[in-house]
Amino acid sequence: MKVRVYVTLKNGVLDPQGKAVHHSLENLGFSGINDVRIGKFIELEVTEGTSEAAISEMCQKLLANTVIENYRIDRD
Amino acid sequence: MKSAVIVFPGSNCDRDMMVALEQASGRAPARVWHADADLPDGLDLIAIPGGFSYGDYLRCGAIAAQSAIMPAIVRAAERGVHILGVCNGFQVLTETRLLPGALMRNQQLRFVCRTVALTVENNETPFTRLYDHGEQIKLPVAHHDGNYFVDAATLARIEGEGQVALRYGEPVNGSLANIAGITNARGNVLGMMPHPERAVETVHGNTDGVRLFAALAESLVAA
Repeated sequence: MKVRVYVTLKNGVLDPQGKAVHHSLENLGFSGINDVRIGKFIELEVTEGTSEAAISEMCQKLLANTVIENYRIDRD
Repeated sequence: MKSAVIVFPGSNCDRDMMVALEQASGRAPARVWHADADLPDGLDLIAIPGGFSYGDYLRCGAIAAQSAIMPAIVRAAERGVHILGVCNGFQVLTETRLLPGALMRNQQLRFVCRTVALTVENNETPFTRLYDHGEQIKLPVAHHDGNYFVDAATLARIEGEGQVALRYGEPVNGSLANIAGITNARGNVLGMMPHPERAVETVHGNTDGVRLFAALAESLVAA
């Protein structure tokens, strides 16, 4: 079973990488971009039936740093 | 002072840290591999050195914070053993939650490697007691992820409790409130981005780091 974990910076946490990409996109002539935030995408292949709670624990203990990041879990 | 230096795959300041500790205390520190589950008995100080543990994969210090030796370090901290984390060691300490906050990518997105000005904000810690309050010192930094962040409530608390030990005296990495080093509430754990172990000999061109190690050796000699 595939599980997809999206790790994103919390609101209020500055994202200098997002800002640099935002500027770069504007330099390329793209307009109408209000904000860019960069996060992580982690794909896990886990045993069928792995519980939501177990995956949540993985996120809290390692995959995300909940001081600065939120996470969202997507399952097939 | 009986000390130990923890070594992870990718640590690169462990030997400098050992030299600085031996110079200050007259006693060679133990070198402890991350995969060990136990620390030597009777330690007064545990140093977590700089480097790029696990190649900074996922987040700096995140994988090291889950290594076999960490539960013993957390228990030691709870018993009051002193812990010094420098650079990657600071990142490891925030990832284990022994220290509040997180160290993010430098605001300017560039690795910063130079000697910077620092202010000693709290000289009433066993680490900083040989500096004057408000003293300006200089220490080298070398990091890509030293941009300290913490939520507003925690920032107010650590500022109020005197947990901010060192502050940059110049813009370095976008760190919140120019924070360069903090302690835990109890004061026995210090994390700092600057490298005191790189400023302990005249050949380094700077000896401002000497007093940090001397303070520890003095404070912990009776222990």
